[in-house]
Amino acid sequence: MEKLISASLIGLSQGAIFALMALALVLVFRSTRVVNFAQAGQAMVSTYIGWEVVTRTENYWIALPAAALAGALLAAIIETFLMRPLAKRASHGAIAPVASIIASLGVLGVLHSGAAMIWTTEQKLFESPVSVNGIEIGSTVYPFSQADMLIISTVVIVMLTFAFFFQRTSLGLSLRAAAFQPEISRLAGVRVDRVRTIGWALSGAAGAVVGVLVTPGNYLSPFSLDILLVYGFVAAVIGGLESPQGAALGGLILGMSLSFTSIYVSSGLTFIVPFIVLLLILLVKPKGIFGGGSSRNA
Amino acid sequence: MSLVVRNLSVDHGAIRAINNLSFIVEKRRLTAVIGANGAGKSTLLRTLSGLIPATEGKATWGEHNLLKGKAEQHVRNGVSHVSEGKSVIPELTVEENLDLGALWRRNKKEADATKKYVLELFPRLGERLKQRGDTLSGGERQMLAIGRALMSKPQLLLLDEPSLGLAPLVVEQIFQTIRDIANSSDLTVLLVEQNAMGALKIADIGVVLNLGNIVAIGPSADLIADPAIRAAYLGY
Repeated sequence: MEKLISASLIGLSQGAIFALMALALVLVFRSTRVVNFAQAGQAMVSTYIGWEVVTRTENYWIALPAAALAGALLAAIIETFLMRPLAKRASHGAIAPVASIIASLGVLGVLHSGAAMIWTTEQKLFESPVSVNGIEIGSTVYPFSQADMLIISTVVIVMLTFAFFFQRTSLGLSLRAAAFQPEISRLAGVRVDRVRTIGWALSGAAGAVVGVLVTPGNYLSPFSLDILLVYGFVAAVIGGLESPQGAALGGLILGMSLSFTSIYVSSGLTFIVPFIVLLLILLVKPKGIFGGGSSRNA
Repeated sequence: MSLVVRNLSVDHGAIRAINNLSFIVEKRRLTAVIGANGAGKSTLLRTLSGLIPATEGKATWGEHNLLKGKAEQHVRNGVSHVSEGKSVIPELTVEENLDLGALWRRNKKEADATKKYVLELFPRLGERLKQRGDTLSGGERQMLAIGRALMSKPQLLLLDEPSLGLAPLVVEQIFQTIRDIANSSDLTVLLVEQNAMGALKIADIGVVLNLGNIVAIGPSADLIADPAIRAAYLGY
Protein backbone atom coordinates (compact mmCIF):
# COMPACT_ATOMS: atom_id res chain seq x y z
CA MET A 1 0.00 0.00 0.00
CA GLU A 2 2.83 2.37 0.88
CA LYS A 3 4.53 1.44 -2.35
CA LEU A 4 1.36 2.08 -4.32
CA ILE A 5 0.85 5.52 -2.79
CA SER A 6 4.49 6.47 -3.28
CA ALA A 7 4.53 5.33 -6.89
CA SER A 8 1.33 7.22 -7.68
CA LEU A 9 2.46 10.45 -6.04
CA ILE A 10 5.90 10.46 -7.67
CA GLY A 11 4.30 9.53 -10.97
CA LEU A 12 1.94 12.44 -10.66
CA SER A 13 4.73 14.91 -9.91
CA GLN A 14 7.03 13.65 -12.67
CA GLY A 15 4.12 13.36 -15.05
CA ALA A 16 3.19 17.00 -14.44
CA ILE A 17 6.69 18.09 -15.43
CA PHE A 18 6.72 15.92 -18.56
CA ALA A 19 3.24 17.14 -19.45
CA LEU A 20 4.22 20.80 -19.30
CA MET A 21 7.38 20.17 -21.32
CA ALA A 22 5.31 18.23 -23.84
CA LEU A 23 2.83 21.10 -24.01
CA ALA A 24 5.66 23.51 -24.78
CA LEU A 25 6.78 21.29 -27.67
CA VAL A 26 3.22 20.79 -28.92
CA LEU A 27 2.49 24.53 -28.94
CA VAL A 28 5.41 25.13 -31.27
CA PHE A 29 4.81 22.10 -33.44
CA ARG A 30 1.12 22.68 -34.07
CA SER A 31 1.56 26.34 -34.93
CA THR A 32 4.72 26.22 -37.02
CA ARG A 33 5.47 22.51 -37.72
CA VAL A 34 8.86 22.91 -36.07
CA VAL A 35 10.22 20.07 -33.94
CA ASN A 36 12.00 22.35 -31.53
CA PHE A 37 15.10 20.75 -30.01
CA ALA A 38 16.13 24.15 -28.68
CA GLN A 39 13.28 23.95 -26.15
CA ALA A 40 15.54 22.39 -23.52
CA GLY A 41 18.12 25.13 -24.05
CA GLN A 42 15.50 27.86 -23.92
CA ALA A 43 14.15 26.44 -20.66
CA MET A 44 17.70 26.22 -19.29
CA VAL A 45 18.55 29.86 -20.11
CA SER A 46 15.23 30.99 -18.63
CA THR A 47 15.98 28.97 -15.51
CA TYR A 48 19.36 30.73 -15.17
CA ILE A 49 17.47 34.04 -15.37
CA GLY A 50 15.20 32.72 -12.61
CA TRP A 51 18.29 31.67 -10.64
CA GLU A 52 19.78 35.17 -11.00
CA VAL A 53 16.55 36.68 -9.72
CA VAL A 54 16.26 34.25 -6.84
CA THR A 55 19.88 34.81 -5.70
CA ARG A 56 19.36 38.59 -5.77
CA THR A 57 15.88 38.87 -4.33
CA GLU A 58 15.74 35.59 -2.42
CA ASN A 59 12.17 35.42 -3.61
CA TYR A 60 11.09 32.42 -5.66
CA TRP A 61 7.71 33.96 -6.43
CA ILE A 62 9.36 36.78 -8.36
CA ALA A 63 11.79 34.39 -10.05
CA LEU A 64 9.04 32.18 -11.47
CA PRO A 65 7.23 34.87 -13.50
CA ALA A 66 10.55 36.53 -14.38
CA ALA A 67 11.82 33.29 -15.87
CA ALA A 68 8.54 32.75 -17.71
CA LEU A 69 8.79 36.24 -19.21
CA ALA A 70 12.40 35.65 -20.23
CA GLY A 71 11.42 32.32 -21.79
CA ALA A 72 8.61 33.97 -23.75
CA LEU A 73 10.92 36.71 -25.02
CA LEU A 74 13.68 34.32 -26.00
CA ALA A 75 11.22 32.12 -27.93
CA ALA A 76 9.69 35.11 -29.70
CA ILE A 77 13.16 36.27 -30.76
CA ILE A 78 14.11 32.80 -32.09
CA GLU A 79 10.85 32.57 -34.05
CA THR A 80 10.96 36.08 -35.49
CA PHE A 81 14.60 36.30 -36.46
CA LEU A 82 15.47 32.70 -37.27
CA MET A 83 12.56 30.33 -37.81
CA ARG A 84 10.26 32.62 -39.81
CA PRO A 85 12.87 33.78 -42.34
CA LEU A 86 14.10 30.20 -42.58
CA ALA A 87 10.60 28.85 -43.29
CA LYS A 88 10.19 31.41 -46.07
CA ARG A 89 13.51 30.66 -47.71
CA ALA A 90 13.58 26.88 -47.27
CA SER A 91 9.99 26.24 -48.28
CA HIS A 92 10.65 23.89 -51.20
CA GLY A 93 12.50 20.69 -51.86
CA ALA A 94 14.10 18.11 -49.65
CA ILE A 95 15.43 20.70 -47.18
CA ALA A 96 11.99 22.10 -46.30
CA PRO A 97 10.96 19.64 -43.57
CA VAL A 98 14.42 19.33 -41.97
CA ALA A 99 15.79 22.87 -42.17
CA SER A 100 13.96 24.00 -39.04
CA ILE A 101 14.96 20.87 -37.11
CA ILE A 102 18.64 21.36 -37.91
CA ALA A 103 18.33 25.04 -37.07
CA SER A 104 16.75 24.22 -33.71
CA LEU A 105 19.65 21.87 -32.95
CA GLY A 106 21.97 24.74 -33.82
CA VAL A 107 20.12 27.04 -31.46
CA LEU A 108 20.41 24.40 -28.72
CA GLY A 109 24.17 24.35 -29.24
CA VAL A 110 24.40 28.13 -29.15
CA LEU A 111 22.36 28.27 -25.95
CA HIS A 112 24.48 25.52 -24.33
CA SER A 113 27.76 27.25 -25.06
CA GLY A 114 26.38 30.74 -24.42
CA ALA A 115 25.18 29.67 -20.98
CA ALA A 116 28.53 27.97 -20.28
CA MET A 117 30.32 31.22 -21.15
CA ILE A 118 28.08 33.40 -18.98
CA TRP A 119 27.44 31.11 -16.01
CA THR A 120 30.27 28.53 -16.47
CA THR A 121 29.57 24.80 -16.44
CA GLU A 122 29.87 24.71 -12.66
CA GLN A 123 26.65 23.47 -11.09
CA LYS A 124 24.55 26.10 -9.36
CA LEU A 125 22.32 25.39 -6.42
CA PHE A 126 18.79 26.61 -6.92
CA GLU A 127 17.13 26.98 -3.51
CA SER A 128 13.64 25.63 -3.22
CA PRO A 129 10.98 27.84 -1.64
CA VAL A 130 9.49 24.81 0.10
CA SER A 131 10.81 21.64 1.66
CA VAL A 132 12.23 19.03 -0.70
CA ASN A 133 12.22 16.32 1.97
CA GLY A 134 9.74 13.50 1.90
CA ILE A 135 6.54 13.96 3.80
CA GLU A 136 6.31 11.94 7.00
CA ILE A 137 3.01 10.36 7.92
CA GLY A 138 3.09 8.24 11.03
CA SER A 139 6.33 6.30 10.95
CA THR A 140 6.65 6.15 7.16
CA VAL A 141 8.40 8.74 5.04
CA TYR A 142 6.89 9.05 1.58
CA PRO A 143 9.23 10.09 -1.24
CA PHE A 144 6.90 12.98 -1.97
CA SER A 145 7.71 16.52 -0.84
CA GLN A 146 6.13 19.94 -0.62
CA ALA A 147 8.17 20.75 -3.72
CA ASP A 148 6.30 17.98 -5.56
CA MET A 149 3.01 19.47 -4.44
CA LEU A 150 4.17 22.85 -5.72
CA ILE A 151 5.01 21.24 -9.07
CA ILE A 152 1.65 19.54 -9.41
CA SER A 153 -0.41 22.56 -8.39
CA THR A 154 1.56 24.98 -10.58
CA VAL A 155 1.30 22.72 -13.62
CA VAL A 156 -2.43 22.26 -13.08
CA ILE A 157 -2.91 26.04 -12.81
CA VAL A 158 -0.80 26.70 -15.93
CA MET A 159 -2.65 24.00 -17.90
CA LEU A 160 -6.08 25.33 -16.89
CA THR A 161 -5.01 28.86 -17.78
CA PHE A 162 -3.86 27.67 -21.21
CA ALA A 163 -7.10 25.75 -21.72
CA PHE A 164 -9.17 28.82 -20.84
CA PHE A 165 -7.05 31.03 -23.06
CA PHE A 166 -7.32 28.72 -26.07
CA GLN A 167 -11.02 27.93 -25.74
CA ARG A 168 -12.50 31.18 -24.49
CA THR A 169 -10.53 34.14 -25.85
CA SER A 170 -10.34 35.73 -29.30
CA LEU A 171 -6.58 35.41 -29.41
CA GLY A 172 -6.88 31.76 -28.43
CA LEU A 173 -9.30 31.19 -31.31
CA SER A 174 -6.84 32.89 -33.71
CA LEU A 175 -4.06 30.62 -32.47
CA ARG A 176 -6.10 27.46 -32.96
CA ALA A 177 -7.37 28.55 -36.36
CA ALA A 178 -3.89 29.49 -37.59
CA ALA A 179 -2.55 26.16 -36.37
CA PHE A 180 -5.22 24.13 -38.21
CA GLN A 181 -5.58 26.12 -41.44
CA PRO A 182 -3.19 29.05 -41.91
CA GLU A 183 -4.52 29.97 -45.35
CA ILE A 184 -8.19 30.10 -44.38
CA SER A 185 -7.20 32.02 -41.24
CA ARG A 186 -5.39 34.60 -43.37
CA LEU A 187 -8.45 34.96 -45.57
CA ALA A 188 -10.51 35.54 -42.42
CA GLY A 189 -8.16 38.33 -41.38
CA VAL A 190 -5.96 36.57 -38.81
CA ARG A 191 -2.42 38.00 -38.78
CA VAL A 192 -0.88 34.54 -38.92
CA ASP A 193 2.78 35.59 -38.53
CA ARG A 194 2.04 37.53 -35.37
CA VAL A 195 -0.11 34.74 -33.97
CA ARG A 196 2.70 32.24 -34.59
CA THR A 197 5.15 34.39 -32.65
CA ILE A 198 2.66 34.46 -29.78
CA GLY A 199 2.43 30.65 -29.96
CA TRP A 200 6.21 30.40 -29.63
CA ALA A 201 6.23 32.89 -26.75
CA LEU A 202 3.64 30.86 -24.83
CA SER A 203 5.67 27.74 -25.44
CA GLY A 204 8.84 29.46 -24.21
CA ALA A 205 7.06 30.56 -21.05
CA ALA A 206 5.79 27.02 -20.42
CA GLY A 207 9.30 25.62 -20.86
CA ALA A 208 10.70 28.21 -18.44
CA VAL A 209 8.13 27.23 -15.82
CA VAL A 210 9.24 23.60 -16.22
CA GLY A 211 12.86 24.59 -15.55
CA VAL A 212 12.08 26.73 -12.51
CA LEU A 213 9.83 24.00 -11.06
CA VAL A 214 12.11 21.04 -11.57
CA THR A 215 15.48 22.61 -10.72
CA PRO A 216 15.00 23.59 -7.03
CA GLY A 217 16.48 20.87 -4.89
CA ASN A 218 18.62 19.89 -7.88
CA TYR A 219 21.63 21.55 -9.44
CA LEU A 220 21.47 23.78 -12.48
CA SER A 221 23.99 23.46 -15.31
CA PRO A 222 23.85 24.25 -19.04
CA PHE A 223 22.93 20.60 -19.69
CA SER A 224 20.77 19.80 -16.70
CA LEU A 225 17.43 20.13 -18.52
CA ASP A 226 18.39 18.23 -21.68
CA ILE A 227 16.96 14.94 -20.43
CA LEU A 228 13.54 16.61 -20.20
CA LEU A 229 13.63 17.09 -23.96
CA VAL A 230 13.56 13.31 -24.39
CA TYR A 231 10.76 12.77 -21.87
CA GLY A 232 8.85 15.79 -23.20
CA PHE A 233 9.02 14.51 -26.76
CA VAL A 234 7.97 11.01 -25.79
CA ALA A 235 4.99 12.44 -23.88
CA ALA A 236 4.10 14.74 -26.77
CA VAL A 237 4.23 11.94 -29.34
CA ILE A 238 2.16 9.63 -27.12
CA GLY A 239 -0.48 12.35 -27.10
CA GLY A 240 -0.38 12.85 -30.85
CA LEU A 241 2.08 15.78 -31.05
CA GLU A 242 -0.66 18.26 -31.90
CA SER A 243 -3.01 18.10 -28.97
CA PRO A 244 -2.54 20.00 -25.68
CA GLN A 245 -4.82 17.48 -23.94
CA GLY A 246 -2.70 14.73 -25.48
CA ALA A 247 0.44 16.35 -24.06
CA ALA A 248 -1.10 16.36 -20.59
CA LEU A 249 -2.21 12.74 -20.83
CA GLY A 250 1.08 11.65 -22.42
CA GLY A 251 3.03 13.26 -19.60
CA LEU A 252 0.91 11.55 -17.00
CA ILE A 253 1.21 8.13 -18.65
CA LEU A 254 4.96 8.50 -18.91
CA GLY A 255 5.38 9.77 -15.34
CA MET A 256 3.30 6.91 -13.93
CA SER A 257 5.02 4.20 -15.94
CA LEU A 258 8.44 5.50 -14.89
CA SER A 259 7.63 5.67 -11.20
CA PHE A 260 5.83 2.31 -11.09
CA THR A 261 8.68 0.56 -12.87
CA SER A 262 11.35 2.08 -10.69
CA ILE A 263 9.47 1.29 -7.45
CA TYR A 264 8.08 -2.15 -8.35
CA VAL A 265 10.74 -3.47 -10.72
CA SER A 266 14.06 -1.67 -10.79
CA SER A 267 15.23 1.91 -11.02
CA GLY A 268 17.82 0.72 -13.53
CA LEU A 269 15.08 0.46 -16.16
CA THR A 270 14.17 4.13 -16.24
CA PHE A 271 15.99 4.76 -19.50
CA ILE A 272 14.22 2.00 -21.40
CA VAL A 273 10.72 2.53 -20.04
CA PRO A 274 9.84 5.71 -21.98
CA PHE A 275 10.65 4.02 -25.26
CA ILE A 276 8.81 0.81 -24.43
CA VAL A 277 5.75 2.85 -23.49
CA LEU A 278 6.08 4.89 -26.68
CA LEU A 279 6.39 1.78 -28.87
CA LEU A 280 3.44 0.06 -27.21
CA ILE A 281 1.16 3.08 -27.62
CA LEU A 282 2.21 3.78 -31.19
CA LEU A 283 1.62 0.11 -32.08
CA VAL A 284 -1.98 0.44 -30.90
CA LYS A 285 -2.55 4.06 -31.95
CA PRO A 286 -0.01 5.00 -34.65
CA LYS A 287 -1.02 8.67 -34.60
CA GLY A 288 -0.89 8.99 -30.83
CA ILE A 289 -3.82 9.03 -28.46
CA PHE A 290 -5.27 12.39 -29.52
CA GLY A 291 -3.78 12.48 -33.00
CA GLY A 292 -6.81 12.23 -35.26
CA GLY A 293 -5.57 14.43 -38.04
CA SER A 294 -7.78 12.90 -40.73
CA SER A 295 -9.79 16.07 -41.29
CA ARG A 296 -6.67 18.15 -41.75
CA ASN A 297 -6.64 17.74 -45.49
CA ALA A 298 -10.37 18.07 -45.97
CA MET B 1 -15.78 51.68 -56.45
CA SER B 2 -15.01 49.01 -58.94
CA LEU B 3 -12.61 46.15 -59.41
CA VAL B 4 -10.14 47.03 -62.13
CA VAL B 5 -7.79 44.37 -63.49
CA ARG B 6 -5.34 45.57 -66.13
CA ASN B 7 -2.79 43.49 -68.07
CA LEU B 8 -2.54 41.00 -65.21
CA SER B 9 -0.18 38.07 -65.66
CA VAL B 10 0.59 35.39 -63.09
CA ASP B 11 3.20 32.64 -63.42
CA HIS B 12 3.38 29.32 -61.58
CA GLY B 13 7.09 28.65 -61.95
CA ALA B 14 7.65 28.35 -65.69
CA ILE B 15 3.97 28.09 -66.54
CA ARG B 16 1.92 31.17 -67.30
CA ALA B 17 -1.37 30.62 -65.48
CA ILE B 18 -2.90 34.00 -66.34
CA ASN B 19 -1.91 35.93 -69.42
CA ASN B 20 -2.40 39.66 -69.79
CA LEU B 21 -5.91 39.75 -68.35
CA SER B 22 -7.94 42.98 -68.36
CA PHE B 23 -11.49 43.50 -67.16
CA ILE B 24 -13.59 45.72 -64.93
CA VAL B 25 -16.26 44.67 -62.44
CA GLU B 26 -18.62 47.53 -61.66
CA LYS B 27 -19.83 48.01 -58.11
CA ARG B 28 -22.81 45.88 -57.05
CA ARG B 29 -22.51 43.66 -60.09
CA LEU B 30 -22.33 39.89 -59.93
CA THR B 31 -19.68 38.74 -62.38
CA ALA B 32 -19.10 35.08 -63.22
CA VAL B 33 -15.76 33.85 -64.51
CA ILE B 34 -16.21 30.51 -66.26
CA GLY B 35 -13.85 28.14 -67.96
CA ALA B 36 -12.49 24.61 -67.84
CA ASN B 37 -10.05 23.18 -65.33
CA GLY B 38 -6.69 24.90 -65.64
CA ALA B 39 -8.14 28.03 -67.24
CA GLY B 40 -6.61 30.14 -64.45
CA LYS B 41 -9.81 30.88 -62.55
CA SER B 42 -8.58 29.99 -59.05
CA THR B 43 -5.23 31.63 -59.75
CA LEU B 44 -7.05 34.85 -60.59
CA LEU B 45 -8.91 34.87 -57.26
CA ARG B 46 -5.84 33.84 -55.25
CA THR B 47 -3.92 36.71 -56.80
CA LEU B 48 -6.67 39.24 -56.10
CA SER B 49 -6.94 38.19 -52.44
CA GLY B 50 -3.20 38.43 -51.85
CA LEU B 51 -2.43 34.72 -51.46
CA ILE B 52 -0.05 34.54 -54.42
CA PRO B 53 2.04 37.25 -56.11
CA ALA B 54 1.35 38.57 -59.61
CA THR B 55 4.08 38.66 -62.24
CA GLU B 56 2.96 41.88 -63.85
CA GLY B 57 -0.04 44.15 -64.32
CA LYS B 58 -2.39 45.99 -62.03
CA ALA B 59 -5.41 45.12 -59.92
CA THR B 60 -7.23 47.63 -57.78
CA TRP B 61 -10.39 47.71 -55.70
CA GLY B 62 -11.28 51.38 -55.32
CA GLU B 63 -8.12 52.99 -54.01
CA HIS B 64 -6.66 49.70 -52.74
CA ASN B 65 -3.90 48.04 -54.70
CA LEU B 66 -4.73 44.33 -54.56
CA LEU B 67 -1.28 43.25 -55.70
CA LYS B 68 0.36 44.70 -52.59
CA GLY B 69 0.09 43.49 -49.02
CA LYS B 70 -1.00 40.24 -47.44
CA ALA B 71 -4.35 38.50 -47.54
CA GLU B 72 -5.07 39.46 -43.91
CA GLN B 73 -4.74 43.13 -44.92
CA HIS B 74 -7.04 42.74 -47.93
CA VAL B 75 -9.83 41.54 -45.63
CA ARG B 76 -9.51 44.78 -43.67
CA ASN B 77 -9.88 46.69 -46.95
CA GLY B 78 -13.19 44.99 -47.72
CA VAL B 79 -12.10 42.07 -49.88
CA SER B 80 -13.18 38.60 -48.72
CA HIS B 81 -12.25 35.39 -50.47
CA VAL B 82 -13.96 32.03 -50.09
CA SER B 83 -11.29 29.67 -51.37
CA GLU B 84 -11.90 26.49 -53.31
CA GLY B 85 -13.25 23.41 -51.56
CA LYS B 86 -15.49 24.73 -48.78
CA SER B 87 -13.09 26.92 -46.89
CA VAL B 88 -14.14 25.99 -43.40
CA ILE B 89 -11.89 24.95 -40.53
CA PRO B 90 -13.19 21.46 -39.73
CA GLU B 91 -11.73 21.32 -36.20
CA LEU B 92 -13.55 24.48 -35.08
CA THR B 93 -17.23 24.77 -34.27
CA VAL B 94 -19.66 26.48 -36.62
CA GLU B 95 -19.79 29.51 -34.33
CA GLU B 96 -16.00 29.70 -34.07
CA ASN B 97 -15.71 29.56 -37.85
CA LEU B 98 -18.11 32.47 -38.12
CA ASP B 99 -16.48 34.48 -35.32
CA LEU B 100 -13.10 34.02 -36.97
CA GLY B 101 -14.17 36.26 -39.85
CA ALA B 102 -14.89 39.14 -37.48
CA LEU B 103 -12.07 38.83 -34.93
CA TRP B 104 -10.22 41.76 -36.46
CA ARG B 105 -13.24 44.05 -36.31
CA ARG B 106 -12.95 46.61 -33.54
CA ASN B 107 -16.65 47.37 -33.27
CA LYS B 108 -18.06 44.26 -31.58
CA LYS B 109 -21.63 45.59 -31.73
CA GLU B 110 -21.47 45.83 -35.49
CA ALA B 111 -19.88 42.40 -35.65
CA ASP B 112 -22.77 40.99 -33.60
CA ALA B 113 -25.23 42.63 -35.99
CA THR B 114 -23.45 41.01 -38.94
CA LYS B 115 -23.64 37.64 -37.20
CA LYS B 116 -27.36 38.08 -36.77
CA TYR B 117 -27.69 38.89 -40.46
CA VAL B 118 -25.63 35.83 -41.46
CA LEU B 119 -27.70 33.53 -39.23
CA GLU B 120 -30.91 34.90 -40.73
CA LEU B 121 -29.47 34.23 -44.17
CA PHE B 122 -28.44 30.67 -43.18
CA PRO B 123 -30.82 29.51 -40.42
CA ARG B 124 -29.37 25.99 -40.68
CA LEU B 125 -26.08 27.29 -39.30
CA GLY B 126 -27.91 28.81 -36.35
CA GLU B 127 -29.19 25.37 -35.40
CA ARG B 128 -25.67 23.94 -35.49
CA LEU B 129 -23.58 26.65 -33.81
CA LYS B 130 -21.88 24.30 -31.33
CA GLN B 131 -21.19 21.49 -33.82
CA ARG B 132 -17.76 21.02 -35.33
CA GLY B 133 -17.31 22.14 -38.93
CA ASP B 134 -16.63 18.61 -40.14
CA THR B 135 -20.04 17.36 -38.98
CA LEU B 136 -21.80 19.54 -41.56
CA SER B 137 -23.04 18.40 -44.95
CA GLY B 138 -21.30 19.72 -48.07
CA GLY B 139 -23.94 22.36 -48.68
CA GLU B 140 -23.89 23.50 -45.07
CA ARG B 141 -20.12 23.77 -45.18
CA GLN B 142 -20.34 25.99 -48.23
CA MET B 143 -22.92 28.14 -46.43
CA LEU B 144 -20.57 28.37 -43.47
CA ALA B 145 -17.67 29.37 -45.71
CA ILE B 146 -19.75 32.13 -47.31
CA GLY B 147 -21.07 33.13 -43.89
CA ARG B 148 -17.54 33.39 -42.52
CA ALA B 149 -16.59 35.66 -45.43
CA LEU B 150 -19.67 37.83 -44.84
CA MET B 151 -18.67 38.19 -41.18
CA SER B 152 -15.80 40.37 -42.38
CA LYS B 153 -18.41 42.72 -43.89
CA PRO B 154 -16.84 42.68 -47.34
CA GLN B 155 -17.56 45.05 -50.20
CA LEU B 156 -15.99 42.71 -52.72
CA LEU B 157 -16.69 38.99 -52.36
CA LEU B 158 -14.54 36.51 -54.25
CA LEU B 159 -16.12 33.05 -54.52
CA ASP B 160 -14.14 30.09 -55.80
CA GLU B 161 -16.31 27.21 -57.12
CA PRO B 162 -19.04 27.21 -54.47
CA SER B 163 -20.83 24.43 -56.38
CA LEU B 164 -17.90 22.02 -56.30
CA GLY B 165 -18.87 18.54 -55.14
CA LEU B 166 -22.45 19.43 -54.23
CA ALA B 167 -25.67 17.68 -55.25
CA PRO B 168 -27.57 19.44 -58.07
CA LEU B 169 -30.40 20.54 -55.80
CA VAL B 170 -27.97 22.02 -53.27
CA VAL B 171 -26.05 23.75 -56.08
CA GLU B 172 -29.23 25.48 -57.18
CA GLN B 173 -29.85 26.59 -53.60
CA ILE B 174 -26.33 27.96 -53.16
CA PHE B 175 -26.52 29.86 -56.45
CA GLN B 176 -29.87 31.34 -55.45
CA THR B 177 -28.40 32.42 -52.11
CA ILE B 178 -25.46 34.09 -53.83
CA ARG B 179 -27.88 35.98 -56.09
CA ASP B 180 -29.96 37.00 -53.05
CA ILE B 181 -26.88 38.27 -51.17
CA ALA B 182 -25.84 40.31 -54.20
CA ASN B 183 -29.35 41.77 -54.53
CA SER B 184 -29.91 42.65 -50.92
CA SER B 185 -26.57 44.19 -49.99
CA ASP B 186 -24.00 46.58 -51.27
CA LEU B 187 -21.83 43.70 -52.36
CA THR B 188 -19.82 43.28 -55.54
CA VAL B 189 -19.32 39.59 -56.32
CA LEU B 190 -16.74 37.86 -58.47
CA LEU B 191 -17.78 34.23 -58.86
CA VAL B 192 -15.51 31.63 -60.40
CA GLU B 193 -17.24 28.46 -61.64
CA GLN B 194 -16.86 25.32 -63.73
CA ASN B 195 -20.63 24.99 -63.62
CA ALA B 196 -20.90 27.55 -66.42
CA MET B 197 -24.64 27.46 -66.97
CA GLY B 198 -25.55 27.78 -63.31
CA ALA B 199 -23.16 30.66 -62.82
CA LEU B 200 -24.17 32.56 -65.96
CA LYS B 201 -27.85 32.24 -65.05
CA ILE B 202 -27.40 34.25 -61.85
CA ALA B 203 -24.64 36.59 -63.05
CA ASP B 204 -24.96 40.03 -64.58
CA ILE B 205 -21.70 39.78 -66.47
CA GLY B 206 -19.84 36.73 -67.72
CA VAL B 207 -16.14 36.31 -68.42
CA VAL B 208 -14.98 33.21 -70.30
CA LEU B 209 -11.42 32.19 -69.55
CA ASN B 210 -9.35 29.69 -71.51
CA LEU B 211 -5.72 28.84 -70.73
CA GLY B 212 -5.20 32.13 -68.94
CA ASN B 213 -6.76 34.29 -71.67
CA ILE B 214 -10.15 35.96 -71.91
CA VAL B 215 -12.02 34.53 -74.89
CA ALA B 216 -15.35 36.26 -74.30
CA ILE B 217 -16.81 38.89 -72.00
CA GLY B 218 -20.24 40.45 -71.86
CA PRO B 219 -23.70 40.42 -70.29
CA SER B 220 -24.30 36.84 -69.24
CA ALA B 221 -27.60 36.63 -71.14
CA ASP B 222 -25.67 37.36 -74.34
CA LEU B 223 -23.11 34.70 -73.55
CA ILE B 224 -25.83 32.13 -72.92
CA ALA B 225 -27.37 33.03 -76.30
CA ASP B 226 -24.06 32.84 -78.17
CA PRO B 227 -23.94 29.56 -80.16
CA ALA B 228 -20.14 29.27 -79.97
CA ILE B 229 -20.10 29.70 -76.19
CA ARG B 230 -23.01 27.29 -75.84
CA ALA B 231 -21.18 24.64 -77.78
CA ALA B 232 -17.86 25.04 -76.02
CA TYR B 233 -18.87 25.73 -72.43
CA LEU B 234 -22.54 25.04 -71.87
CA GLY B 235 -22.60 21.64 -73.47
CA TYR B 236 -25.42 21.98 -75.98
